[in-house]
Amino acid sequence: MSDTLVGFDEVLTRYEPVIGLETHVELGTASKMFCGCSTTFGAEPNTQTCPVCLGLPGSLPVANAAAIESTIRIGLALGCRIATWCRFSRKNYFYPDIPKGFQTTQYDEPLCTAGHLDVEVDGETYRVEIERVHLEEDTGKNLHVGGATGRIHGADHSLIDYNRAGIPLVEIVTRPIPGAGAKAPEVARAYVTELREILLALGVSEVRMEQGNLRSDVNTSLAPIGSLEWGTRTETKNVNSLRSVERAVRFEMRRQAAVLDAGERVLQETRHFHEDTGTTSPGRSKEEATDYRYFPEPDLVPVAPDEEWVAKLAAMLPELPAARRARLSEEWGISPTEMAWLVNAGAVELVSDTVAAGASPADARKWWLGELARRANDAGVDLAELAVTPAQVAELVGLVAAGTINDQLARQALDGVLAGEGDPAAIVESRGLAVMGESDELVGAVEAAIEGNPDVAEKVRGGKVQAIGALVGAVMKTTRGKADAATVKRMLEERLL
Amino acid sequence: MSTLSRKDVAHLARLARLAVTDEELDLFAGQLADVLDAVAQVGKAAVEEVPPTTHAVPMTNVMREDVVGPSLPREIVLAGAPAAEEGRFRVPRILQEEA
Ligand SMILES: [Zn+2]
Repeated sequence: MSDTLVGFDEVLTRYEPVIGLETHVELGTASKMFCGCSTTFGAEPNTQTCPVCLGLPGSLPVANAAAIESTIRIGLALGCRIATWCRFSRKNYFYPDIPKGFQTTQYDEPLCTAGHLDVEVDGETYRVEIERVHLEEDTGKNLHVGGATGRIHGADHSLIDYNRAGIPLVEIVTRPIPGAGAKAPEVARAYVTELREILLALGVSEVRMEQGNLRSDVNTSLAPIGSLEWGTRTETKNVNSLRSVERAVRFEMRRQAAVLDAGERVLQETRHFHEDTGTTSPGRSKEEATDYRYFPEPDLVPVAPDEEWVAKLAAMLPELPAARRARLSEEWGISPTEMAWLVNAGAVELVSDTVAAGASPADARKWWLGELARRANDAGVDLAELAVTPAQVAELVGLVAAGTINDQLARQALDGVLAGEGDPAAIVESRGLAVMGESDELVGAVEAAIEGNPDVAEKVRGGKVQAIGALVGAVMKTTRGKADAATVKRMLEERLL
Repeated sequence: MSTLSRKDVAHLARLARLAVTDEELDLFAGQLADVLDAVAQVGKAAVEEVPPTTHAVPMTNVMREDVVGPSLPREIVLAGAPAAEEGRFRVPRILQEEA
């Protein structure tokens, strides 16, 4: 079944979107939330479980202090109020990814409430209100076998690994975000991007989206323009890349517009996002909140963060990304727009590290946003994944600045770095990339270019000085880019003018 | 006297993923109503000035340091499972669920 879709621009002529995000972040603690099992990713299935995280009778959970501290720090970074007293709750439901028959979470008493995060899209600032930040435990991982897509045909069951069950998970919930209009998909993406930056700055999670450290549920609704009421929202679950967050909102806006245009109602439901097609499809019918029969967890005592402790954590917060960007923009002498390009390219840290390694801010930006961005794009990877370090880029820039190599040779040296041949200076040596001085070889190449192109040489002699470019090009070609273009031009001029 | 309809019981059974027959619905509706009545006795004893509580002991902030301890060996973990495969718990697939 394929959905009818309305063109994105057309959606906005009739409807106003409201979005909201619930983001789950796996904390980077060494042990689980309520037991001492390791949280190491990629271990053999079911080797990191114990009576507590399996919910065996008689086991008693004890909260991980580091996880509570991390949650409070996230709350503080988002300008939240920190609860002075709160409890964990049991969320009861039967699904095999929960071994205990309930998930330990926070319900009506979250650790942090009422914060905000400002995000920027195309030079405009949107304030995203944070409703709550609470702490809970992650679920196990299901592997579905059989059916249409499974590995074993005819089989129809699931295999479960509980290594992930019980890892501390922080849920960050926004209030509904109205008024973003056509920018709604980008605001959603910008919010998750900025949130990720903050989590990285706090060092509370590795936030590796491909490992599922950070996953967002994306809520989208549409209301006719001018309507006083918001429309029915859908919740697209577990969207786990920044790009997909934007695509999920865009798709839901287009799909819901078609539903409303047909005079039908949007169903309140959870939906799945499909990375390959960029579409969503209906998920399981949502249980009502009352169906979870929440009640305060009797095995855990309340958490009452001490005022002094919270004040100390607040005082120890690192410089947050927005402040850091403002400071770096000033230090590097660039505009907010130029900084936004760096942010979008994921290059702020890389440029910063390259500058720290000795390159000028201008050179560092030029390389990361230019040649290196092209290489990353060609290889289909993120900038940070390229096999070149900021120190190596700084070394490359230094070699160009010293006149040892020119930009073209620097690109060849970069080929070597990416191929794992070593550091730039060593590669310049081993590949023989240094710029040629006014050597016999270069003199020979210059004279050969004049002899080989008599008509061009004649034009130059006759006063058409621009034609000299063709001769420079010929010399650069025979020297395979190793000559310095300015030197070559001067040598040609000496001989022709 | 508490009353619990067959519909309530059917709903609870669905949440608990239990298959319950029509006869059982009637039986459980009666039994569960008795249980509710029994628990409701506590309400008679409660005094108005006593605040509701979830713990007998007024303690807060019982926490552990973030230190890794030993986990159970996998053979032991899976020994209690009705079925296991490839080092994982094997369970029937739940209808209408997606991966
Ligand atoms: Zn455990």
